[in-house]
Amino acid sequence: MIEIKNIEKTFGDRHVLAGISGSFEPGKTTLVIGTSGTGKSVLLKCMIGLVKPDKGEVLYDGRNFLTGDLEDQKAIRREMGVLFQGSALFDSKTVLQNVRFPLDMLTDLSEKEKVDRSQECLQRVGLGDAGDRMPSEISGGMKKRVGIARAIVLNPKYLFCDEPNSGLDPLTSIKIDQLISEITEEYQITTVVITHDMNSMMEIGEKIMFLHKGKKVWEGNSNSLIHSDVKELNEFINANKLIREMEK
Amino acid sequence: MSRLGSYFIFLGTLFRNREKLRVYMSLILNECTSIGVGSIFIVALVNTFIGAVTCVQTAYNLTNPFVPKNIIALIVRDSSILELAPTLSCIVLAGKVGSNIAGELGTMRITEQIDALEVMGINSSSYLVLPKVIASVLMFPLLVIMAGFLAILGGYIAGTLAGVISSEDYVTGLRVDYKPFGVTFALIKTVVFAFLVSTISAYQGYNVRGGALEVGAASTSAVTNSCIAIVAADFVLTQMLLT
Repeated sequence: MIEIKNIEKTFGDRHVLAGISGSFEPGKTTLVIGTSGTGKSVLLKCMIGLVKPDKGEVLYDGRNFLTGDLEDQKAIRREMGVLFQGSALFDSKTVLQNVRFPLDMLTDLSEKEKVDRSQECLQRVGLGDAGDRMPSEISGGMKKRVGIARAIVLNPKYLFCDEPNSGLDPLTSIKIDQLISEITEEYQITTVVITHDMNSMMEIGEKIMFLHKGKKVWEGNSNSLIHSDVKELNEFINANKLIREMEK
Repeated sequence: MSRLGSYFIFLGTLFRNREKLRVYMSLILNECTSIGVGSIFIVALVNTFIGAVTCVQTAYNLTNPFVPKNIIALIVRDSSILELAPTLSCIVLAGKVGSNIAGELGTMRITEQIDALEVMGINSSSYLVLPKVIASVLMFPLLVIMAGFLAILGGYIAGTLAGVISSEDYVTGLRVDYKPFGVTFALIKTVVFAFLVSTISAYQGYNVRGGALEVGAASTSAVTNSCIAIVAADFVLTQMLLT
């Protein structure tokens, strides 16, 4: 389980995160939603240690990530898998090399074990035959899948996905969402997904946190989402024509 | 001043919390190929012509019949070894290697590849930059040794073909008053230049924020700042080692 307590972050005179707390449970996909500029990505970066919050705590199964020493932080980081918005695949490596990279860097497995594990992950995301291709030779959806394969190759306890659907068509988006949800359940991972995609919310929104102006203003699931009485959330979801028509 | 401080902090991060040594070996070899082998052509071309031009221009300016012709070869030799081969080659390499390092790291930064390394618990600056610095420090001197030979050869070919100096005079001139320390001096300079070019360019690329425009600006700054650092260090080292 991941717990965040009173996370605050300011850039200059801009208060991006104004005391956000919450918890993320194993085996569940928690979506963090909100309009652009509400601090979703900054919150994710604070959670994974790419941005240091001004205040607050991030606890991974009770272990404080922000105050731990470098070795403790490294140990927690090695239990994380992150899917970046642009997939962040290494351009100079093939798909297979990208997936096996964490194994090369962080484990002492034999060559065969590394290849087998990487291939297993690629097969899990439906790209078993794409290992020899370069990232520049595959589509955006495939890159996301490779990103997921790389994120799960070390059997992470925590999976973070930053806008996994950005730039993808609705069909591919749903496939990516379903894949994330399946993997979360299958491996009992604590998954946090940053998104503003309504389809994702309806598809995999087991638990949803809505951020507005750096604060958490609503928490619920996909069923309660459209019946909420929070004005900012209603404005956010009613921007989607489909939802407006569903409500009618 | 704050940028200078940030540059030194960046240098510190290269050597702290490094990965296992075996990780760096293949990376260093790859960088040696890219930086060293990939730069042979341009360094060879520039230095051969610079040697040729130095020879012909020196001959053009030596109008006094009492000055022996072999002085031309001596001037080509000393200017090539002491200044042209190390400094000019490193300026050329700042353009080729420096912009490449800054562009590569800058692109990795804006496409979140560096963030991906960080979240895996890998020291990204050490993993990405240290092999480039080591490869530069190893390969630049080899390129400069080649550059020195080719500049002198270029002078010989141009001088004899243009008829400004005979083959015998050129060879004699090369052996007149030769000081081996000149080569040591050139290699010391080159190692310093290699470190400056690779670290300054890496610093510019690694700290890019923004998009493609900023990566382009970082590449330009990498080359400009590297060239400034080279000429400044050239002066300081010349003062320290030759006076």
